[in-house]
Amino acid sequence: MAKCLVLAGFGINCELESRNALILAGAKSVDIVHISELTEGNKRLKDYKLIVFPGGFLDGDDLGSAKVQVNRFKYAKIKDTQKRLVDDLFEFVAKDNLAIGICNGFQFMTKAGILPKPDLVQRATLTFNDSGKFEDRWVYLKVNKKSKCVFTKGLEGLYLPVRHGEGKFFCEHDTLTNIMDNYQVVLQYADESYNVTAEYPYNPNGSLRSIAGICDNSGRLFGLMPHPEAFIYPVNHPRWTREDVTEPDGLKIFKNAINYLR
Amino acid sequence: MSYRVEIRYKEEVKNPLAKGLRRKITDFLHLTPVDIQISDVFTIDAPLSKNEIENIAKIILCDPIIQDYFINPNLPPGYNIYLEVGFLPGVTDNVGKTAKSAIETFLGKKLKEQDKVYTSKLYSFKGSITEKELKTIALELLCNPLIEYYRIYKKGQKVQIYIPKVTLKNDILVEKIDLNSMNDEELLSLSKNRLLALNIDEMKAIKNFLNNKKIIQLRKKQGLDHRITDVELESIAQTWSEHCKHKIFNATIDYYDENGRKETIKSLFKTYIKASTEKIGKKRKDNFLVSVFVDNAGVISFDEKYNLVFKVETHNSPSALDPYGGALTGIVGVNRDVLGTGLGARLIFNTDIFCFADPFYKEKLPPRILHPRRIYDGVVTGVEHGGNKSGIPTINGSIVFDNRFLGKPLVYCGTGGIMPKEINGNPSHIKKINNGDLIVMCGGRIGKDGIHGATFSSEELHEGSPATAVQIGDPITQKKMADFLYIARDMGLYNAITDNGAGGLSSSVGEMSQMSGGCEIELDKAPLKYEGLNPWEILVSESQERMTISVPPDNIEKLLSLARKYDVEATVIGRFTNSGYFHCLYNGKTVAFLPLDFLHNGLPEMKLTARYNNPYKPIPILLKTKHNTGLILKKLLSSLNICSKESVVRKYDHEVQGMSVIKPLTGLFNDGPSDSAVIKPLPDSYKGIVVSHGICPKFSDYDTYNMSALALDEAVRNAVAVGGNINNMACLDNFCWCDPIKSEKNPDGEFKLAQLVRANKALYDYTLDYGIPCISGKDSMKNDYIMGDIKISIPPTLLFSLIGIIDDVRKTQTLDFKNPGENIYIAGLTKDELAGSEFLNLLKIRGGKIPTVNSTVNVELYKKIYKLISDGIISACHDISDGGFGVAIAEMAFSGGLGAKIDLENIPYEGEENYLYRLFSESAGRFIFTAKRESHKFITNFLKGLPFSPVGATTDNDFLEIRYKNKVIIKENIYILKEFWQKTLREL
Repeated sequence: MAKCLVLAGFGINCELESRNALILAGAKSVDIVHISELTEGNKRLKDYKLIVFPGGFLDGDDLGSAKVQVNRFKYAKIKDTQKRLVDDLFEFVAKDNLAIGICNGFQFMTKAGILPKPDLVQRATLTFNDSGKFEDRWVYLKVNKKSKCVFTKGLEGLYLPVRHGEGKFFCEHDTLTNIMDNYQVVLQYADESYNVTAEYPYNPNGSLRSIAGICDNSGRLFGLMPHPEAFIYPVNHPRWTREDVTEPDGLKIFKNAINYLR
Repeated sequence: MSYRVEIRYKEEVKNPLAKGLRRKITDFLHLTPVDIQISDVFTIDAPLSKNEIENIAKIILCDPIIQDYFINPNLPPGYNIYLEVGFLPGVTDNVGKTAKSAIETFLGKKLKEQDKVYTSKLYSFKGSITEKELKTIALELLCNPLIEYYRIYKKGQKVQIYIPKVTLKNDILVEKIDLNSMNDEELLSLSKNRLLALNIDEMKAIKNFLNNKKIIQLRKKQGLDHRITDVELESIAQTWSEHCKHKIFNATIDYYDENGRKETIKSLFKTYIKASTEKIGKKRKDNFLVSVFVDNAGVISFDEKYNLVFKVETHNSPSALDPYGGALTGIVGVNRDVLGTGLGARLIFNTDIFCFADPFYKEKLPPRILHPRRIYDGVVTGVEHGGNKSGIPTINGSIVFDNRFLGKPLVYCGTGGIMPKEINGNPSHIKKINNGDLIVMCGGRIGKDGIHGATFSSEELHEGSPATAVQIGDPITQKKMADFLYIARDMGLYNAITDNGAGGLSSSVGEMSQMSGGCEIELDKAPLKYEGLNPWEILVSESQERMTISVPPDNIEKLLSLARKYDVEATVIGRFTNSGYFHCLYNGKTVAFLPLDFLHNGLPEMKLTARYNNPYKPIPILLKTKHNTGLILKKLLSSLNICSKESVVRKYDHEVQGMSVIKPLTGLFNDGPSDSAVIKPLPDSYKGIVVSHGICPKFSDYDTYNMSALALDEAVRNAVAVGGNINNMACLDNFCWCDPIKSEKNPDGEFKLAQLVRANKALYDYTLDYGIPCISGKDSMKNDYIMGDIKISIPPTLLFSLIGIIDDVRKTQTLDFKNPGENIYIAGLTKDELAGSEFLNLLKIRGGKIPTVNSTVNVELYKKIYKLISDGIISACHDISDGGFGVAIAEMAFSGGLGAKIDLENIPYEGEENYLYRLFSESAGRFIFTAKRESHKFITNFLKGLPFSPVGATTDNDFLEIRYKNKVIIKENIYILKEFWQKTLREL
């Protein structure tokens, strides 16, 4: 069975629920791996088929969200080798593996140049919400059915919480055209009827084209600001006492991933 | 070599934070800058080449998509005037620290200790802002001169690189003081000048201790003499502080009641709080109470495998001086309490309750008081950063407004944790230290920040309040430390742990050494933020993010290497002994040598007098019924204490860790006010936790006995309203009082102490009646502000925080109306009790009867409500508190997006007849709930004998219609009511 890695440490906060989500989705082997296990060379990415970059506040987001982690991946050497973490990551994503970055993890994948194209060149960013503040609120997401994204296969609309202060997706015109034309824009903020809208608070952060999540060209690498791992039980839904909640939307994303690896 | 790197947002992007700042400047200062740009400035003081700096700026500090970098630049062009704000020397600069460490990773080498990165913000203004106006902006909004500097530049001015380096040039010394030669006056002035906060009896006890010949002989062997060292004196002052020893709660009090009858109370804590808990514990005959009053936090049983830990602290004085840093330190500080309970618990939730003055306060402020809006802003942001960055959900809280909190805001921060009952075969709630175990300090380093925090919080705020008492927490350092400690705990590498909070090492090691019978600390081994600290400063500094653990020598190598791996600093700073002494050395020389017994038990008992000589006698009130009642309801809904706190709640991550079941905001639009939070802490079980609180200082003006009972009842009611079971609850008591010791500047101290006695009596009576034990608590006794002739004392305030076990979280409920055509019921008796109510406060009337709590009826009712909710019969339930029935029914309606028709005549009522009482009385023990019509018979039978009645039905229109004696009293659109409820604090 395919092994899954959930990254932890240095300010990552959502590793436990991310592991839990994978297990509920059917994963048999999930390791929570501290970043230092990777830099010490005790654990290697090549032994895994799926990586989760969970949410959190890496290094306090002190130099901008996830910036220090990008720097660590690009410049810290794996102990007793000349390899950098990013070299291992580069090899990992080149294979038929899956990676998902959630919130802070999405910020990392974007700033590290894994998304929208895994060539280590930063093409987009996630910056301060237009509201200027951190917000925890649930959002409706329209799924791009034409997207190759493995994680959202067969899904049309999602309802998930966002919890961030730096979630505004931004990139230059050419990049935007590229990812739109290639159906790499997987998730967009929408209203209750799943119509894409730029209106606050449906679009909670002012993201360009209401972009909430993107994938790479292959659909195996996925990043999103909302938190699927926070909706894996029906009782996580904010209105479970008044609405019938069947399968939690967050769980569907992880199930798609596990099914792909089967 | 030093460089100034400026990171500017590209013109087409703009920093969104600038927009918010512009609004604040317009709203609060009524100035109108045309445009503002904010850039981040990094002043890098390290021997780096131009090329290296170029790469650092480009790669580490700048986001190329939206920002540009500049090295040693001129001021940004196109603006007229500029303001730069940075930290004063020695103030924690988290971003600077992170930047340095990122630079080291980038270069692949360590920089020197003295090489540093300092951060500041540069605000560039367009438009007609004068230098004087900019100064106002600096002092009113952007810069707190206690911890920050600011500079103003004009267009074209050259920017000088400024490095806020700490330079302490003094020689390290240990002062020796001869107390024998001092008279009482001199002893007192020594206490005052050194900020020891010790009274004359305590100073004399220390003097006497040093008169003992045997003691002096033993001291001589250590190279000391009859003079006390500053290390010893400071250490005693910390240990004996009100903050650490709770002297008032342990004092012997002669209490004279309203009839002048005397009662002698030996320790409020033992007589009321502890005694009640012990009685409840004996009665329960199960293992619900695991560890109470002995550790940093209370411990109760969750299920067969896990225990829960809960603690609430206050951080009032530091938050008055630096709201952001004070509140941030408050939350990360209480996190450490729970992390340091037993062998350490995993942190699973935060709570926070704030008491502020009106954020729209318009009158002139007394000196040194920050505007309440700034306190509000700073405290909210401090707790936001502390909680969110630590990955702990903030699940419950509230804000109480009263202008007497101008003098000191109250900042209650709470944390819950979970730990396995057994770790490596040992009970997790028990610590054990052996002679020879090593003292290891881990986490942050020691600086001058936070010196005298414990003694400072034991004093009122005055002119000489030290800036060094303020600290800024660093959640990320603490997060890394917590990650490391969980692993070390499970590997069994340490056998005791406690946090370094108030009193620093002096308190943490001082307390731990009681377990082995002594300690030897080598103060020179402790890692410092910068050189130049005297030994006493190292011992009592309250620099943040530090835990002390006791490590058997055999485990030390493993522990230190684990720490290195997790990037946590851990240092052996001595060992635990069985010598009977608290022994400190500096470079091999003894600098403190105190018998543990004297340090911990030498404190003379306090004797106090309390007189309840001015009790409230009900003032009759005359209610006019000509009011526009709908308008009153609207005004109540938008009053500060009742209105929606959504803008604050959303800033807190209340869902991280994925356990959320009942969130703070709920209902059809996710914006109704939940009564309590519910979470499920374990992935493979639906067993859960309910968390609520009760706080109502407004009743203290009438009787603190009722206030205390009402606060507890409110906490219980809130928990029951979501489906909590009164048989599985425990609570925490946090007293915040105004100085209850009589003195020249505090002539009514005896009355305030009597108020404290009465609050404790109620605590005893009602916790016992409800069977809900206090498992931990805290007191903060000097919440006064004295400056010249101005004295502001807070109203006596008692917070009850409640934690309960829920058998199945799927059987809980929320307040929002679910379906039209359902019956609406009220449970609990309404009386003509309006004293202290929001209704009378709105009309600015003091008087009326104060609500009382009938525990016999309530206990029975609460058990039945619990049953009705868990059996799925109740479809919505809300407790009635601030604003009475009228506010509660409105909240249920607009939260559910449904109307209601109500007849007030059906409310079970006792007292003078007037519908305003029925609508707005704040009588305790009441709920509104809904149920399907077909359940009516069952409910009527089930609640027989209890005060309850159907009062109306939910409707599918948008109106709340309330009738009384066939007349429509209120008919209002629920969305208009909601707008009134939401608008007050929406933009704050």
